[in-house]
Amino acid sequence: MTRHIERQIGNLKEKIRRVGTVVEEAISKSISAVINRDVQLAQRVLASDDAIDRMEVEVEEECLKILALYQPVAADLRFVVAVLKINNDLERMGDLAKNIAKRVAQLEGAGPVDLPPEIRTMAMQAEEMVRECLAAVIDADPVLARRIREQDDVVDEARQKVRKRILAGIKEHPENVEVLLRINSITKHIERIADMATNVAEDVIYMVEGDIVRHRPEE
Amino acid sequence: MSTSPSPADPRQPPPSAGPATDRLAVVAAGGQVEPEVHERVRQTPAVLEIDRFNLWYGTKQALHSITMPIPHGKVTALIGPSGCGKSTLLRSVNRLNDLVPSVRITGEMRLNGDPIYDQRMDVIELRKRMGMVFQRPNPFPMSIYENVVYALRIDGESRRPVLDEVCERSLRGAALWDEVKDRLSESALGLSGGQQQRLCIARAIAAEPEVLLLDEPCSALDPIATGKVEDLIQELRGLYSVLIVTHNMQQASRSSDYTAFMYLGRLIEYGPTTDIFTKPVLRETEAYVTGRFG
Repeated sequence: MTRHIERQIGNLKEKIRRVGTVVEEAISKSISAVINRDVQLAQRVLASDDAIDRMEVEVEEECLKILALYQPVAADLRFVVAVLKINNDLERMGDLAKNIAKRVAQLEGAGPVDLPPEIRTMAMQAEEMVRECLAAVIDADPVLARRIREQDDVVDEARQKVRKRILAGIKEHPENVEVLLRINSITKHIERIADMATNVAEDVIYMVEGDIVRHRPEE
Repeated sequence: MSTSPSPADPRQPPPSAGPATDRLAVVAAGGQVEPEVHERVRQTPAVLEIDRFNLWYGTKQALHSITMPIPHGKVTALIGPSGCGKSTLLRSVNRLNDLVPSVRITGEMRLNGDPIYDQRMDVIELRKRMGMVFQRPNPFPMSIYENVVYALRIDGESRRPVLDEVCERSLRGAALWDEVKDRLSESALGLSGGQQQRLCIARAIAAEPEVLLLDEPCSALDPIATGKVEDLIQELRGLYSVLIVTHNMQQASRSSDYTAFMYLGRLIEYGPTTDIFTKPVLRETEAYVTGRFG
């Protein structure tokens, strides 16, 4: 006989998986919309945000219910607490995807400014981190979670390169300053998405091993 | 004896203990496993040391080589499924098991360094150094006042001011003073179950014991009385060294500083209560505290 709390935790896992899937899709679409300057796709990302917000509230309520009714301990407690935090991070990742999508709409008609090539590298890396952090949550995989923490440096480096290019671009073509600043803002959002994926990975390490690794250097 | 991962190397992954049932299966087959005693337990000064302690009821071994220090001034809880030996261990500490004819023991226990099972140890003197509270409240059929000062009376103390002072101090210590101060001369049997149990705790602490032994002190009480006794146990922290047996895991998590998990007469894991209930080292402990077996 499965214990009641195990069923509740199984349901919670399924719910957080669904939030993750929708957020991952929003991020992937927003990045694709940037690279292909696809305003329609960006609009679809904007439209999906409400659903993410609703799901976030639902997961939070579920966590609070389990905490209040079952008083979980040890692995069960760590799972519920980790989901509570991961849920919050996923919702913020959804917001960042929304912000990226907004910039795509603003870029429309701004003239042919080439995107710095590193944006693609950054975006692909960030997307992979999001995918992997969700897999780490579902599979409770601390090894994968540790790998994600390392990947964050790659994104940060690419972001610095893009920033330099944008600064140089502004000096060379001051008339493009507005659009270049928008592109800068997009890269900042992508970097933040990677940061949030790292947070999720750190919560997975806590969830499985009970150690809070946040604010500690990577191993 | 193995230890938990050193705090100096927080990145060390937890030991791969295999499936939760591994150690339990070894124990169930009659084998011995190395207990997981956390470093922090061993760093705390001990009031009581249990050292390779074995106990048999006739031919049946009930305790298997238990080695554990009981920290001074802290509340230590013994948890484990029925028949794991936690009550037997508690009753061995003040030699209550001496009264059971078929009991045989090996190993040692020391109370503040004095060997409990030494031939020269006077059992009556030993029991004066330890207070014990049982599952069911057992007030003596006399007044509340006389219950509390009983130990002093049998020690020959008859000075009224001394007895009055001890009575008030003990009842205050047991969080019962305000409820009974106006009826100290009434029979203790008229108190409610929860009050009776707190009276028993007051009687135990009146003798200023070195260790207070509590054997499932709330199992016969309703939730409100249980809450009061649990609050009291928390109040006793720091003042007394308490060893408590409980089958209620939430009670252990709420009232104790250290928790020892026992299974079939073996110590399995022993550590700070916070760690045992948030991140136990062994999967077996995790399986037990999350209610997956037992």
